[in-house]
Amino acid sequence: MIGLYVPGDSPLHRARAGVKLAVLAVLLLVVSLVPSPWVLGAGLALLVAASAVSGVGAPAVLGQLRPLLWVLVFVVVVQIWLAGPLAAGRVAASLVLAVGAAGLVTLTTRTQELLDALVTALRPLRHLGVDPDRAGLVLALAVRAVPVLAGLAAEVRQARVARGADRSVRAFAVPLVIRSLRYADRLGEALAARGVDD
Amino acid sequence: MTIELRAVTHRFGERVVLRDVDLVLAEQRIGIVGANGSGKSTLARLLNGLVVPTQGRVLVDGLDTAREGAAVRRRVGFVFTDPDAQIVMPTVAEDVAFSLRRSELGRAARAARVNETLSRFGLAGHADHPAHLLSGGQKQLLALAAVLVTEPAVLVCDEPTTLLDARNARRVAALLAGLPQQVVLVTHHLDHVAGFDRVLVVDEGTVVADGPPAAALPAYARLLDEVDRAEPADAVGGVPPP
Repeated sequence: MIGLYVPGDSPLHRARAGVKLAVLAVLLLVVSLVPSPWVLGAGLALLVAASAVSGVGAPAVLGQLRPLLWVLVFVVVVQIWLAGPLAAGRVAASLVLAVGAAGLVTLTTRTQELLDALVTALRPLRHLGVDPDRAGLVLALAVRAVPVLAGLAAEVRQARVARGADRSVRAFAVPLVIRSLRYADRLGEALAARGVDD
Repeated sequence: MTIELRAVTHRFGERVVLRDVDLVLAEQRIGIVGANGSGKSTLARLLNGLVVPTQGRVLVDGLDTAREGAAVRRRVGFVFTDPDAQIVMPTVAEDVAFSLRRSELGRAARAARVNETLSRFGLAGHADHPAHLLSGGQKQLLALAAVLVTEPAVLVCDEPTTLLDARNARRVAALLAGLPQQVVLVTHHLDHVAGFDRVLVVDEGTVVADGPPAAALPAYARLLDEVDRAEPADAVGGVPPP
């Protein structure tokens, strides 16, 4: 979600975020409940077809799966050892399908549309005290904070190296926490300036 | 629009950051200059109710910032020094659209307004790009676009060019100079306020010079000279030699 959206005009791009999330949920449910080779094969074929239709390009879709690689290797090895190759193949296919499908939704949906879908989905919980708009904003801020905090961590790491303290955990953690809190403080002020609490 | 500060004093704990300030700000272009810690950023934050005075009142178009903060903020937009802290949504267009979330415009009109604003700030080609991948100058333009899309009557900017390179700083300053809005600009770049209608010089929580740039900026230069003569080590942030 961190700005992974690939602009386009495919049917997948045009589909409503709520519909895509619902289809994703159904797909994951079916794969979990009926993890037969036929269902998994059909699911993977569907994923490949949807990726082709979306026009986002194979590198973008495969890029979604890259972080999964080591987890996949670990899980497959453990599964082969504990339950045999068929079960390992089933688990691997389920994981690839789940992450690939979720990634495709992210690649073809603007963050704002996903947040709007979340806000709509949470609306029935309003009478239980849930504020859907606030929940959507919190998620948006969390998404936005990831690259900012990653940038802060990189700066702190460089400063630590420049001062010859490249092995000190304290020299990394203390400034990072302080700068993160300062960022949170400034963000709060900016939200107030943009009328979030008005 | 007229902004009035009546006998305003503001403290952070025991520390007095602004002392008994009386001002009527009605000019179209107002600059605020002063050293770090002089109180100029607090003065700017008082103008849209981000900070409420400990004593005294701030009135924006007759609205008290302490009691009608929401109405004040609809009239007075605020741009911060660090755009990274101001951008709240992941992509460029989404961040501008965020400012319109409570507008009465329909979805299509809102999208059109966002596109028009992005074009105006040279960001149309970046609409779907992640905001964190923009350059520093582009981020500040985005921060400005996100505030100006709501068409506030007044724009208060707290050192918006401090983190920018010379070219981007000049670009942002030129953009501010051409806005139809009333602009209050806090800055260390004295050339950015040289063409303004009025400049306030803030020092140790009080306005020590106030007038057209031709009078206020030389007064500020004299103040800096006096500080240099009185505290030569402090002038560069150091400590006196033993």
